Amino acid sequence: MQRIGVFVCWCGSNIAGTVDVEAVSEALKREPGVVFSTNYQYMCSQAGQDIIKDAIKEHRLTGIVVCSCSPRMHEATFRKTAAAAGLNPYMVEIANIREQCSWVHKEMPIGTEKAIILGKAAVAKVNLNTPLTPGESPVTKRALVIGGGIAGIQTALDIADAGFEVDIVEKKPTIGGKMAQLDKTFPTLDCAACILTPKMVDVAQHEKIRIFSYSEVSEVKGFVGNFDVTIKKNARYVKEDLCTGCGLCTEKCPMKKCANEFNLGMDTRRAIYIPFAQAVPKVATIDPDNCNMLKNGKCGVCAKVCTAGAIDYTQKDEYIEEKYGAIVVATGFNPISMDKFDEFAYNQSKDVITSLEFERLTNAAGPTAGKLLRPSDGKHPETIVFVQCVGSRCDACAEKGKEYCSKICCMYTAKHAMLTRDKYPDTDVYVFYIDVRTPGKNFDEFYRRAVEEYGVHYIKGMVGKVSPEGDKLIVQASDLLADKQLKIEADLVVLAAAIEPDKSARSLATMLTASMDTNDFFTEAHPKLRPVESPTAGVFLSGACQGPKDIPETVSQAGAAAAKVIGLLAKDKLVGNPCVAHSNEMMCNGCSSCERVCPYGAITYEAKEFRMPDRTTLVRRIAVVNPAVCQGCGCCTVVCPSGAMDLKGFANEQIMAEVDAICK
Amino acid sequence: MSSNKKNLQEELIRISGVNPRKCMRCGKCSGTCPAYDEMEYHPHQFVYMVETGDIEPLLESESLYKCLICFACVERCPRGVEPAKLVEAVRLAAIRKQGNNRLTANDIPALLDEDMPQQAIVSAFRKYTK
Repeated sequence: MQRIGVFVCWCGSNIAGTVDVEAVSEALKREPGVVFSTNYQYMCSQAGQDIIKDAIKEHRLTGIVVCSCSPRMHEATFRKTAAAAGLNPYMVEIANIREQCSWVHKEMPIGTEKAIILGKAAVAKVNLNTPLTPGESPVTKRALVIGGGIAGIQTALDIADAGFEVDIVEKKPTIGGKMAQLDKTFPTLDCAACILTPKMVDVAQHEKIRIFSYSEVSEVKGFVGNFDVTIKKNARYVKEDLCTGCGLCTEKCPMKKCANEFNLGMDTRRAIYIPFAQAVPKVATIDPDNCNMLKNGKCGVCAKVCTAGAIDYTQKDEYIEEKYGAIVVATGFNPISMDKFDEFAYNQSKDVITSLEFERLTNAAGPTAGKLLRPSDGKHPETIVFVQCVGSRCDACAEKGKEYCSKICCMYTAKHAMLTRDKYPDTDVYVFYIDVRTPGKNFDEFYRRAVEEYGVHYIKGMVGKVSPEGDKLIVQASDLLADKQLKIEADLVVLAAAIEPDKSARSLATMLTASMDTNDFFTEAHPKLRPVESPTAGVFLSGACQGPKDIPETVSQAGAAAAKVIGLLAKDKLVGNPCVAHSNEMMCNGCSSCERVCPYGAITYEAKEFRMPDRTTLVRRIAVVNPAVCQGCGCCTVVCPSGAMDLKGFANEQIMAEVDAICK
Repeated sequence: MSSNKKNLQEELIRISGVNPRKCMRCGKCSGTCPAYDEMEYHPHQFVYMVETGDIEPLLESESLYKCLICFACVERCPRGVEPAKLVEAVRLAAIRKQGNNRLTANDIPALLDEDMPQQAIVSAFRKYTK
């Protein structure tokens, strides 16, 4: 028989405001096995923990129930307390009477009744608890960073500088991400390439970093410290080790009319291409959809001109298996499609562009060599209208926009407006805004400079309609402060499109069993206290895959994620979770149901000899759980038809006892 | 807010099904309104004035009958506030206050146009019964 102690926490008034804690500890005193019951204002405080420790010793307790907040909050705290008093930490149960009781009820009698029931269930469970000892697993001291934008680059550099090997997987032919497409960066206006490309070179030259460009993660198995990852290296039809990046092939290729995605389709490239001059790795890639040789077997010009003999039309996709201890997700963002915003005429006029397209139009390496010219006729635009919040803060139209604020648009629009007025003082620049949100360091000063020094017209109101008329764009908008409807004849309209997570994030989250929110941003383990960790152990988050972020914030988060990874990789062993499944070999009928549902691949089958009563032997197929891989989700225990599979710490018997206690 | 104002406000919200608190004051409704220059109070002001309970001036205003019921503001509002429905509700409140409706049910079939959205037809009837 267990000797159980019950400790009811008030949590200040969080619990005690709606639950009569005295009544709860009194009621639980009468439960079977309970020899001690008390309540205290803050059980998690040092004084509260001392009450528990003293009671364990004084009353020779063999198990304890703490009626408090969610086990996610303080289970680990109370397990440590129990261990310090010499009790096996897995003899501790938490009855969640805060999140699941006091916070959701308003009336004291109802809250109290429910708290007592939850407490009884926990007592019933502790009666059947057995001491458990966690196993240990080794740590593979290498990290994988998925995504090679500024977030991935910074994370990889920081991890590698601490002495651990890092692989970067980037799906594009080059690392650099969105930042490589930008012109200047706010608020200091340094050129994006000038601060990014040295970092790209650092990555390429770092002895601890490998880059898998033009590659994707295709499978992830294993668990924290021991991930098995399959990387699919897409065929680029160029041998990376031989290509010198001379670029001769990209000049001689006869397929000239391929849309250049690096310039967002505003100019063309050849079918064999290097995305931009500072690409890392600086290796050519053949676009198989446009290459005549790959499509029809006719051409072969690039192979003829390549003096290094790097072209290989027979190259196949390659699958590489690697082991990692930690995975960092840095998959970034994209602007949303403007196709559904008919009112802004994005698809009707070439002179309605997105802000990212504007970046390319003003970038010295862009399609116009940095001269701001209208895409339609190449003329100098005299009146430019910037529209903010296009698709952001839009909760009425989930199929069009996003309900969140995209965060970076206010600042980049201020930057665009300011730079335009600086370079072309003859232009009239209007910015239509709903709110100007510039809460970063030196951000508001930056925006005010755009207005005060550069004379950008900021108008509070939204554009209702853009209609192309002749070679002009008629922008109809409201000026709320003047209480007027304006009609502006513009030459160029720039839409600050909302940003969304990269499309690849969703399938990656499934592979990693990492959770996402409704907008497909990765969820952090705790929004304030664990912002760079995914709730899935060993998976970390860096950059805009977790939420909209500008460059300064992304770089800080990238460094934070790296620090967490280094903390993990610095360990030699990880303490496992002892609450894992185990199979009773006498009851297992070898049906494979558990193996099929196990999301972690922790269950295998083996043939085992059994001695029969008549001294003959029988070979039977039985399930075996690898405790290092099992995460204790319990799927197998549910599907097992013979009841052979059970979960330590959450045995079927214990769960039934809890249900019985609740229903009594 | 006086209880009279409060009642009127609640009634408008109930009739229209519009929640004016959802408005984030972007002004896209007024930016998009084709009858803007005809109206004394503009779509965003309808939403704002109903939210603050300042409804009497709206009831008195000609703006009620200048609204084209084109629903452009409903279509483009990023927050789903549907200002035209609120204008319509104010119009209805004005008619109820007058206590007469010049159109009888029998007159309606002859005036129907199959291509028009039903909501626009009903709104138009109300508008032209002043």
